[in-house]
Amino acid sequence: MSFLTVVYASLFYVAALVFVVGVANKIVQYSRSPAPLKIPTTPAPVTQSGVVFRLAREVVLFESLFKGNKWIWIFGWIFHFGLFLVTLRHLRYFLDPVWLPIELIQPFGIYGGMAMVAGLAGLWARRLLVDRVRYVTGPSDHLMLALLIGIGLTGLGMTFLVHVDIVSVKQFFRGLMSFHIQPLPADPLLLLHLLLVAILMIVFPFSKLLHAPGLFFSPSRNQIDNPREKRHIAPWAKRLEQ
Amino acid sequence: MAKVKLEVPELQPYLDVPAVVPGTMAHSRPFVAKPEHQQPLNFPGELVDNWQEKAIDKMGDLLGRYRSLRVYLDSCVKCGSCTDKCHYYLGTKDPKNMPVGRQDLLRKVYRRYFTLAGKYFPKLVGAEDLTQEVLDDWYSYFHQCSQCRRCSVFCPYGIDTAEISMAAREIMDHIGMGQKYCNEIIGKVYKIGNNLGLPGPALRDTLEGLEEDVYDDTGVKVRYPIDVVGADILVVTPSADFFAEPHVDGLIGYGKVFHEAGVSWTLSTQASEAANFGMFIGSYENMRRISMRIREAAIALKVKRIVFGECGHAWRVAYSFLNTLAGPWDFLDPNYPVPQHICEFTHDLIQQGKLNLDKSQNDDMVLTYHDSCNVARATRMGPTPGGQFDIPRAVIKAVCNHFYDMDEDTIRERTYCCGGGGGLLTDDLMELRLKGAVPRMVALNNVMQEKGVTHLAAICAICKSQFTKVLPYYGMEMEQVVSVHQLVSNAIILTPGEDDDLDDDDDDESEDDED
Repeated sequence: MSFLTVVYASLFYVAALVFVVGVANKIVQYSRSPAPLKIPTTPAPVTQSGVVFRLAREVVLFESLFKGNKWIWIFGWIFHFGLFLVTLRHLRYFLDPVWLPIELIQPFGIYGGMAMVAGLAGLWARRLLVDRVRYVTGPSDHLMLALLIGIGLTGLGMTFLVHVDIVSVKQFFRGLMSFHIQPLPADPLLLLHLLLVAILMIVFPFSKLLHAPGLFFSPSRNQIDNPREKRHIAPWAKRLEQ
Repeated sequence: MAKVKLEVPELQPYLDVPAVVPGTMAHSRPFVAKPEHQQPLNFPGELVDNWQEKAIDKMGDLLGRYRSLRVYLDSCVKCGSCTDKCHYYLGTKDPKNMPVGRQDLLRKVYRRYFTLAGKYFPKLVGAEDLTQEVLDDWYSYFHQCSQCRRCSVFCPYGIDTAEISMAAREIMDHIGMGQKYCNEIIGKVYKIGNNLGLPGPALRDTLEGLEEDVYDDTGVKVRYPIDVVGADILVVTPSADFFAEPHVDGLIGYGKVFHEAGVSWTLSTQASEAANFGMFIGSYENMRRISMRIREAAIALKVKRIVFGECGHAWRVAYSFLNTLAGPWDFLDPNYPVPQHICEFTHDLIQQGKLNLDKSQNDDMVLTYHDSCNVARATRMGPTPGGQFDIPRAVIKAVCNHFYDMDEDTIRERTYCCGGGGGLLTDDLMELRLKGAVPRMVALNNVMQEKGVTHLAAICAICKSQFTKVLPYYGMEMEQVVSVHQLVSNAIILTPGEDDDLDDDDDDESEDDED
């Protein structure tokens, strides 16, 4: 087994561990922090199913962003939806046999990759061109865009320019899943692509990518508007009453 | 302090998003609370020696107590959606008045002390130590947020800058950097019972005066009772209603509505204030202590229901928080929501046809309606979402013939703050108040030009006070601001009572030779 394979196998075990433990840790932290007051941004749903529907609209359609800014919305939505298709396409590296819907989605995954890069380019252009967005942009925001665009471009590069032995890639990842490490092809583009993905997984729990779990815990979005009907009190606030 | 002549922005037909000009409002800061303003609220009298350490400790404490704070500090991706949404940014061009710019003042310190990335790569993620400069920025810019939540409507994660401002003010209070205006007022509530510091005898005197005025006007004896044990309804209203125009005309209106409803009601000297500035300073403990007066008054007066008068943030604390802070309300009549808004009460009566209204009494006015930020984005009226927009409009339309809404982008959930909310309604922030009012002034000016609107109705004591103060700067009249229940009061045709002709304290027989 080559040194390279061992390095990448270790890298992905570490990245997966950091990602899962890091995000789980954040989710536990969010869910354990009390929300002492009812603060949904109103008009807000008055039922639990209404809240589920509101959150679904935020997750799928980016409803609030649509209200806020059409340019950010179109670029952001194209990027995220592209990323979603790309992720579905990549499930073929982890499933054996590959499920039919994943088979069917394969060609769309390629368009997804293009959309993802286009959306990111649009978002980056705004960071450079709109003075208000430029003002709030920091080095980490540029790096995050570079990372994601790098992942997209190296992926598209392997589809259109330098083909790699994807059967071996699949064996490598299937091997990781069953702890039987298989050799990884030593194509530079593939190695770069995988390195960037591993970095993305590692920085996820420590960066603004926490917006993904964060949305579900946002009290202004996930609370039911029923404060008169139902008394809402946090444990630490309850103690003030004694 | 040198008296600087205030520059009044010129109103344009459209509200352009200004280019960023850093630092335009760095000089704006309200007076710092003195020890005597801090102590009644259990805050240190002046900046404590180890304030950095204390501030970080307090931030840690709040992160453990408020999920909103932690999630909001983590989640921002700097997308830019909020950057052109704050009236203070639009009016001042200062990028630290963009919601994300304001949040980042706290977020950079959070990152430095509470996140791995900020501990090891501070430059990369914009993390900063809590220095004197940072504290100065906090004091300045967290007192340039009116906590109106407009930004939270447009944030893809619902990040609410109000929550961040409240936390920042709570931290500053705990290190001895309180704001004089809010903390002095809260002290007055504890000591005297209301924001304006009006003692019981003065309130009684005012209410007797109102009874006489209404009787002289209408020939009908409408009561304005206070501290009446056994009344059905406790009315809690902002103390401005006892005192200033056009607020007091609203209070006159509530009394007429209750008169027509045939219910017994009472005000309370103990709970003679609906406002709860504890919210503005982000202090749960003070907000709770202020709210408990209402519970105590309700118990002492043995009432069955609670109704709130026209006040924006008070309705937020009442509608959204009162059950939490001072509930449960199981000793009140379960057939009515606790509490109710006076607009809900009046609207119900209109629906039932119990009010005899003459719309033409308001024909000298063409009205528009300002959705107060806290009512619009933090509360509800009636059973369905959006009732907070529809019910006040329904009331206005039931009592007025001429009504036009302002631009769609400036009303309902997108409404702009009046420019004086969130504990900023103080003369030491006049420049900020003037500039923050620009988006509303533009929308009002447009509807005046296009539809001939003459008056602006509101249901918030702060909005009414702010508008009466700033309208003249923009070439309008302070009398253009009206209370919604002032309009109701004008239109209502009172049912004569049996005791109208009885002389109790009147010295003439004017009721016999009227007309």
